[in-house]
Amino acid sequence: MSASLTLIVVMAVMYAAGIYIMLERSLTRVLIGFLLVGNATNLLIFIMSGRPGSSPIVTGTALDDTMVDPVPQVFMLTAIVINFGITALLLALIYRSWWLAQLGDEGDTLTDEHAAETQETTEAAFQSSSDDEAAVQASLDASEDGSDDTVDDPNTPSNPAATSTRTPEGDNR
Amino acid sequence: MNVLVPLVVTLPLLGAALALALGRKSRYQVLVSVLSLVAVVVISAFLLVLVDQQGPAVVHVGDWQAPWGIVLVVDRLSAIMLIVSALMLLGVLLFAVGQGIVDSDRDTPVSIFHPTYLVLAAGLFNAFVAGDLFNMYVGFEMLLSASYVLLTLGGTGARIRAGVTYIVVSLISSILFLAAIALIYGATGTVTLALLAERIPALPGDVQLILALMLLIAFGVKAAVFPVSFWLPDSYPTAPAPVTAVFAGLLTKVGVYAILRTQTLLFPDNTLSMPLMIVALLTLVIGILGALAQADIKRLLSFTLVSHIGYMMFGIALGTEAAIAATIYYVVHHIMIQTTLFLCAGLIERIGGTTSLARLGGMLKAAPLVAVLFFIGALNLGGIPPFSGFLGKVALFDAGVQVGDTISYVLLAGGAATSLLTLYALARAWNMAFWRPRRDVENYDSPMLNALQDDPHDEGTVTTKTTSPLMTAATASMLVLTVSLTVFAGPAFGLATRAAEDIKTPSVYIDAVFPGGTP
Repeated sequence: MSASLTLIVVMAVMYAAGIYIMLERSLTRVLIGFLLVGNATNLLIFIMSGRPGSSPIVTGTALDDTMVDPVPQVFMLTAIVINFGITALLLALIYRSWWLAQLGDEGDTLTDEHAAETQETTEAAFQSSSDDEAAVQASLDASEDGSDDTVDDPNTPSNPAATSTRTPEGDNR
Repeated sequence: MNVLVPLVVTLPLLGAALALALGRKSRYQVLVSVLSLVAVVVISAFLLVLVDQQGPAVVHVGDWQAPWGIVLVVDRLSAIMLIVSALMLLGVLLFAVGQGIVDSDRDTPVSIFHPTYLVLAAGLFNAFVAGDLFNMYVGFEMLLSASYVLLTLGGTGARIRAGVTYIVVSLISSILFLAAIALIYGATGTVTLALLAERIPALPGDVQLILALMLLIAFGVKAAVFPVSFWLPDSYPTAPAPVTAVFAGLLTKVGVYAILRTQTLLFPDNTLSMPLMIVALLTLVIGILGALAQADIKRLLSFTLVSHIGYMMFGIALGTEAAIAATIYYVVHHIMIQTTLFLCAGLIERIGGTTSLARLGGMLKAAPLVAVLFFIGALNLGGIPPFSGFLGKVALFDAGVQVGDTISYVLLAGGAATSLLTLYALARAWNMAFWRPRRDVENYDSPMLNALQDDPHDEGTVTTKTTSPLMTAATASMLVLTVSLTVFAGPAFGLATRAAEDIKTPSVYIDAVFPGGTP
């Protein structure tokens, strides 16, 4: 069996670097190490397919002797997909552990830090709408003849109030 | 009837997809998961009878003949593992359902639990029926990925901490397994087990040794064999009770199954017998010494779990037909009893509010049924006659005496001591938690209890929760199963012996996969 020396060297460097990084305590580095070691293993599988040659696609009925072994490539594809899934899971885990480290268990029941602001805008909106209503009422009272052009659409002022009131669940990630 | 073989993998996977789609309707979710596991139990029971009468059932997936296609093989060993694990998964699922009915709090988000649990089941069954190394790797990855999710369920700090240890260790062992597959493919040009059984013995001795060692270490991490067992007691006890029970019962045993399969089929010369003996002895003794120092029942059980893996390694190291038969019987016994005991620990935690022996007491009055369940389980694990733990150990020791060299006798002594110490640790736990009156718990002065090590992350709180009758019923029926292994020890041991005969004559396996001779 013949194999490319470059690939072997690259694989060895990736293994060494990956294992070294995996020994760190930080989870993100463990993930990077895992990626390196995982891909080094993929390279190892690839090296095991032997000499290079033509792509393993059967076009005719004749046996092509220069064709490379397709089986290791299938292994690699499967291993890459599995590694991809594990990486996604590890990233979620890293995010979760960062969240816990930053905020602790209280992080999950964290109150909305913008609650006061929301309250203010809500009250202001209600205030302004009641102000508007008072003004409308005043102008209605002033113009006893009841001309319509002073009256705005009564729905408009109340709209900001509806949008600025946020439900507490919406802010909890 | 071979059509049934792929169903044990596809049914749980389909169930998982369906359960995920039914995420918001927990009733239907429960129905789907229970039904798919019941179906697998029925199929594997049928397969066991079929395989026992007619020899191995082989399926070439997609009609691609081995060694080009994926081949699924169910021989007696696989069939035994299938039926036992399916029964355990079903029992624990019922326990989990019972727990979910009582509290659907954020510690057990049911909507993710069921699909993940079924994926774990599918991966487990896939590893048991895999006829080639790579498919076995895929099965391992399926069950491991599912186990990562189950272990970190709810995402509390303790579980993330435990999960990180577990995940990183498992990842390294998986990569080692994959690298071993690559090297085996490089050396032989195939990963089909039946073909490897012919080609590997033809390799030079040192190449064989490297391949055997790599597979052994990769599976050893999963089986929690001594030098690589450090991760287990720190990670298992933090998970929810049903999850711990499944992990303890099945995840380590799938490693043992893989060791048993590869070391007997691929490396029949058993050149690693001596190192395996030493590892088995260390696993036994060091594991049980760890168990003696624990004040937390779940951690104590985790250490006994590690320790008793040593018995199975002893059997594999001996490698005779009698020893393999004893190992198979012991694996079945151990899967059942560890699962049951961890479920008991789950019940204790809910009724007593904690699993720390320092704060438990008066449980005999509070929960007499659980007291009986735990007591019988403890006697069984400790190897008191007439229970299956005793029978399995006697068979194993008998096989050791038949071999009769010095190291076998050393292991016999180690095994007997481990058995007694297990009984001591569990009897002490039972005395403290159940026999000791509730009023004695405060100001209980005992140098022994003070010397025990509690769970380092235990916050010392006592929070009792109610249990549902379904949880107790599930635990009780699992215990009935373990006892039935004693009652039907004759037929069960006969089956194990026939499975061992198959294993010791690899031609049975090879001829089943290649009826017209190997290519």
